Amino acid sequence: MNFVIPDFYPAAAELFVVAMSFAILLIGTFVRDSRNIVYFLTQFTLVGAAAVTIMTMDGQVNFTFSNMYVDDLMGDFLKLMVYFSVAIVLVYSRGYMQDRKIESTEYYMLAIYATLGMMVMISANHFLSIYLGLELLSLSLYAMVALQRDSARATEAAMKYFVLGALASGLLLYGISMVYGATGTLEISGVAQAIYHQAANRTILMFGLVFVVAGLAFKLGVVPFHMWIPDVYHGAPAAVTLFIASAPKLAAFAMSMRLLVNGLFELADQWQSMLMFLAVLSIILGNLAAIAQTNIKRMLGYSGISHMGFMLLGLMSGVVGGDRHFALNAYSSSMFYIVSYVLMSLASFGVVLLLSRAGFEAETLDDFKGLNKRSSWFAGVMAMVMFSMAGIPFFIGFFAKFSVLQAVVAAGYIWIAILAVVMSLIGAFYYLRVVKVMFFDEPVDSTPLAASADMRVLLSMNGVAIAVLGLMPQTLMSLCAYSLLGSL
Amino acid sequence: MDFQTVVFYFFSTVLVLSALRVITARNPVHAALFLVLTFFTAGGIWMLLRAEFLAIALVMVYVGAVMVLFLFVVMMLDINLDRIREGFWSYLPVGAVIGLLMVVEMAIVLGGKYFGLEGMPAPADPGEGYSNTKELGRLLYTEYVYPFELASIVLLVAMIAAIALTLRKRNNVKVVDPAAQVAVKRDDRVRIVSMRAEKD
Repeated sequence: MNFVIPDFYPAAAELFVVAMSFAILLIGTFVRDSRNIVYFLTQFTLVGAAAVTIMTMDGQVNFTFSNMYVDDLMGDFLKLMVYFSVAIVLVYSRGYMQDRKIESTEYYMLAIYATLGMMVMISANHFLSIYLGLELLSLSLYAMVALQRDSARATEAAMKYFVLGALASGLLLYGISMVYGATGTLEISGVAQAIYHQAANRTILMFGLVFVVAGLAFKLGVVPFHMWIPDVYHGAPAAVTLFIASAPKLAAFAMSMRLLVNGLFELADQWQSMLMFLAVLSIILGNLAAIAQTNIKRMLGYSGISHMGFMLLGLMSGVVGGDRHFALNAYSSSMFYIVSYVLMSLASFGVVLLLSRAGFEAETLDDFKGLNKRSSWFAGVMAMVMFSMAGIPFFIGFFAKFSVLQAVVAAGYIWIAILAVVMSLIGAFYYLRVVKVMFFDEPVDSTPLAASADMRVLLSMNGVAIAVLGLMPQTLMSLCAYSLLGSL
Repeated sequence: MDFQTVVFYFFSTVLVLSALRVITARNPVHAALFLVLTFFTAGGIWMLLRAEFLAIALVMVYVGAVMVLFLFVVMMLDINLDRIREGFWSYLPVGAVIGLLMVVEMAIVLGGKYFGLEGMPAPADPGEGYSNTKELGRLLYTEYVYPFELASIVLLVAMIAAIALTLRKRNNVKVVDPAAQVAVKRDDRVRIVSMRAEKD
């Protein structure tokens, strides 16, 4: 019985967030009218966590908590992106939540705990920590969706999300238990070693892999595990939709990297073909179904499905016939894709929030009519986001699609690349329709936009970032590649 | 067949039968009671595996707490059984086929060969003085302290979420504020009116 106190240094950011969350919880409980304080403390927590993450970043791969926690550059980079996007989400959503009288200490607490869950998932080196991080994230999200108690739609969405999410967690757990049965360990690097040394039974591993991939696919929201996306995106308060559509995607990407690449890399041939199936179906269905949507939240939901499909294209082209030279290029293109998708998703839902006001939800295409006449600047921002999502050069979305496609071509799947390009051409229709409606139609209502100054500034910067990063994507791309280098 | 095997088969039979009754019982209270029996026999099987702590925790937590709560909820709610059973027979063939298919598929993969006694031998006898509870506690607070703490935060989130979703501030209810009650002064309660003395 020799117990060594774990090294807390690599996990300093998590500990900081937990400590701050307890402080904020107490302040929120005992201070009257604490919403402003809680909001600023939450933002401070995110900024502080970013500072701690940067300070403890050393480029090494450190394990702690009996190898259940791993601190590497990929984790640090993704965590920084998570803080960044959660902070932006909170700025965008504040006015919206206030208008609907659902801004409360609990909302910010749930946001912090969701962030913590994502951090745990990103840094997990053990199936248990992955699962607990996932549950922490999902539980907070279910509650956030249901926060608008008087809305029947939000309650229904929360119920659907909860039931399907629980089912997916069950699938994932079942798969993990099979992998455990085959390898005898829950530690991700241990699993990789056991498979490498041929100590594991392949049939059972495969059986477990199917369930693990199904669970992952649900969390990413790819076909055929996408049913929840349109309903949840539509039903949830727009601020929460913005939350769900941004940072958790980064965490789901990290989870796929940890489970599939770090843990089950030896089975790459098998899971790549599964991912190929999921990716192709998602790209086709996401783009075709989005055409029929008149509700902008649903449309963005379906477009998110197709974007996740694109992201999977990168993950499925890492290993070609046992050759692993492509791995770094393919996975970093996926990572670049997910980071740029989160940027675009933030801006697109940000505009939806900008147009909404007390008692009015800007969620149909009609609400975007003639936006140019009401505010040409934000119509321009939305147009840039739509161009970028459609993959029109030279916005960041174009380079994201481009880098994923070159990875696919390098892996030799020419027909998939062609299909993806054709489907994004079809997808360009519904993105450009939004642009057409904004610039060439007469406005239905001409209420001036009422958004706080900080939101206007941030949303403008968000839009400009999409354009500027599109002009010089090299920095972000090489950051992705560099941070992945140590974790493969 | 030695005594252990007999006990195992007895418990397993009771478990499977009572689990079946949970879904077939017409009365929800009966179903809940059968679920209690299922948990109890599962606890017995764990006891056979020398996992005393888990067995006792299962009985105490599930039978003692969760199921009692469940029974209360079942009794409070007015459940319309006919509506729940609507379409049972029309869905049965599809459900049965899918269920059977899954059982067969799982049996093919998991059947005897991999998870049989050859693949997974029974653990060696730990010897005298071995305490399951102590081992579990040791692991939980040393090696697994990280997931243990995370689980506590998950519970905290559940609490916050439950409060956020159910707590309503109502303004029109009459409640006593103890702090205000203690801090009350004489002047708040008694008003001294100076009157002129009245004669006769």
